Amino acid sequence: MDFSYTEEQLMLQDSVQKFVQKSYAFDKRNEIIASEAGYSKEYWQLFAELGWLTVPFTEADGGFGGSAVDLIVMMDEFGRANLVEPFIPTAILGGGLISALASASQKAESLGKLMEGSLQLACAYAETSSRYNLASVGTSARVDGDAVVINGGKIAVLNGANADQLLVVVRESGAKIDREGISVFLIDGNADGIQKQVYTTVDGKKAAELSFDSVSVPASCRLGVAGAALPALEAVMDRAIVATSAEAVGALEVLLQKTVEYSKTRKQFGSAIGTFQALQHRMADMFIECQLARSIVIMAAMKLDSSAGAIEKTKAVSAAKSRVGRAIEKVGQESIQIHGGIAMTEELDVGHLFKRVTALGILFGNSDYHSERFATL
Amino acid sequence: MNADFTAAELAFQEEVRQFLAAEFPAEYRAKIDASKRLSKDEIIRWQKILYAKGWAAPTWPEEFGGTGWTQIQQHIFAMEMGLIGAPEPVPFGMKMVAPVIMAYGSDEQKQRFLPDILQSNVWWCQGYSEPNAGSDLASLKTTAVRDGDEYIVNGAKTWNTYGQYADWIFCLVRTDNTVKKQEGISFMLIDMKSPGITLKPIVLLDGHPEVNEVFFDDVRVPAENLIGEENKGWTYAKLLLTHERSNIAGVPRGKRRLAALKRIAGDTDDGFGGNMLDNPSFKIKLANIEIELSALEYSELRTLAALSVGKAPGPESSILKIVGTELAQEMDELFLELAAYQSLPFVPEQFEDGFQGTPLGTGTSAAAALTYFNNRKLSIFGGSNEIQRNIICKHVLGL
Repeated sequence: MDFSYTEEQLMLQDSVQKFVQKSYAFDKRNEIIASEAGYSKEYWQLFAELGWLTVPFTEADGGFGGSAVDLIVMMDEFGRANLVEPFIPTAILGGGLISALASASQKAESLGKLMEGSLQLACAYAETSSRYNLASVGTSARVDGDAVVINGGKIAVLNGANADQLLVVVRESGAKIDREGISVFLIDGNADGIQKQVYTTVDGKKAAELSFDSVSVPASCRLGVAGAALPALEAVMDRAIVATSAEAVGALEVLLQKTVEYSKTRKQFGSAIGTFQALQHRMADMFIECQLARSIVIMAAMKLDSSAGAIEKTKAVSAAKSRVGRAIEKVGQESIQIHGGIAMTEELDVGHLFKRVTALGILFGNSDYHSERFATL
Repeated sequence: MNADFTAAELAFQEEVRQFLAAEFPAEYRAKIDASKRLSKDEIIRWQKILYAKGWAAPTWPEEFGGTGWTQIQQHIFAMEMGLIGAPEPVPFGMKMVAPVIMAYGSDEQKQRFLPDILQSNVWWCQGYSEPNAGSDLASLKTTAVRDGDEYIVNGAKTWNTYGQYADWIFCLVRTDNTVKKQEGISFMLIDMKSPGITLKPIVLLDGHPEVNEVFFDDVRVPAENLIGEENKGWTYAKLLLTHERSNIAGVPRGKRRLAALKRIAGDTDDGFGGNMLDNPSFKIKLANIEIELSALEYSELRTLAALSVGKAPGPESSILKIVGTELAQEMDELFLELAAYQSLPFVPEQFEDGFQGTPLGTGTSAAAALTYFNNRKLSIFGGSNEIQRNIICKHVLGL
């Protein structure tokens, strides 16, 4: 048994830490969010040069190795920095689906560009009535000769505005929540008939709602076999969930650390508030939450990298998201409460971290959803 | 033991219902249901409608133009108002500074300030907290130094709610540095137009500049604006805090929001062909909220019954503050849970007057996260919930 990082993982961690320390201060982050793209293209290029964009991919696909443990090492640091660059939509969701479903020639066209930093992707899966069920797909794709015509709408498409190409989850056959009949198409992000309503999310990322009005694309844009994409979509999403959970754990540990520091300097009634036992015990509980969250994310990542069966892997992923979700609620809320009014303002980074972890708690399914999924598997 | 209203109280309840049905503007109700704020003008207009009816000041005695209602009548009125989302009187004038002026102000001050509060001609704001005096309010440092017929005020106040609307501010200021901290504080009324006052808006996590920092730079305040005696301000302030905490349980608003949660849950697809009202774990959470709300309501009624027979408000108000605010925050979590992906857009402008774009989300889903963030303030302000627990420990449990 060994829970230590490998030499390579330590180097990856160190490389992210150095970048963040040097180039990702609070003011810089605010500046990036306020820019039109909502992320730094310069930094994205740097991520490519540092090799970070290869981390989710196997060596066969030209990547770093593609282990889930590698991924959580990096995402943990991204969470600490409250990074807004679209790593999850482009590299994990978009790249993940291409890696899992695409033909060799489709991969050759996309993955290299992605890892070089010259391709932005977004994955359009969620719909107004789908909630967190990936099999609930109302957006339709109808074959019309050599083309396929897409109609419908997608919400919460992270990086949807900036994506050069979109991975669109559609239904080619069957009823709305059937597991069969779902396909993924890789299409031009600005194809005729796509309407985008762009917005910034509560945690400072760019996203969009998309509507597809008779969007005609070549049938060759389909990834894999028609109607059979759901298992791959679920597997990719499970990796994204572990990555997101690791990101949340990093952010939660910073919230804890900042709360403890503040409690040592903020004086009321003649004493630092950190000397009050009522607050000390609550910070001890926050620490426990962070530790348990970290443990279960490591468990899930190791399970994904193991030879365990599909159900066991999925259960591990849902366990992690559920437990981390509860830690998010507790640590997030307590960090605001112990800081008091100052953490309610836009001026302090604590509030921004609180908003980030809240959004991560929702993304890909909240605690209750994943507890239910765990229980039914 | 019974919790029934008398025939007269029931008749009063009916009168309130009929009045609100006829007079509360339908467009205000629509705005509130859409998670939008009423504007300053709209709030004042509603207050003036209440004033015309003679109901502007439910908590005031008749001699100052109040309703002179019993505790039970006040409770009925607040309940009926809250159930339809009608805003309570702006608290800073009506519920905070007015009782202090009534109890400790001079006759001249009563005549000068109270009618304008009653008629909503003047908007008041609060100058209590400072950057380094929050829970420990008595350590405040803003100074007022006597200079002839005036005081010269210097310092900074914070968490000043809607100071941008305000004509006047009531402040706690330090007038004696040489005594125990509670004994050197005075209570002062200051015209916001006075030279030397500047306001700096503070944007909160929901993107709204709801509060301000207020800076005082050699602000000259006529000595006649001092309430009561110099250095007795802490005593006056404590009276104000007991009034601030009335209706703090927020039961009427809680009932209205619980109904909204059930309605939205019934309209929210669970992703598997059903709706969230039938989702087992969500259903249990809703039930637990309803049960807690009921326990809170009966705790409030027991407090009310004690007040009705002349007992002074005690540490019970701390129970109501803690449970009421934490329950409201739990409801925020459920709104967020229902909105799911549709809570992610940060679009505060969508809930402002004059928004022209295409709104995002279904119903009020894009407000769920904003409200969740903003309402974290509930357990911090008005004496944080930690301070409320200290009060229970000290004054009830004798610890």
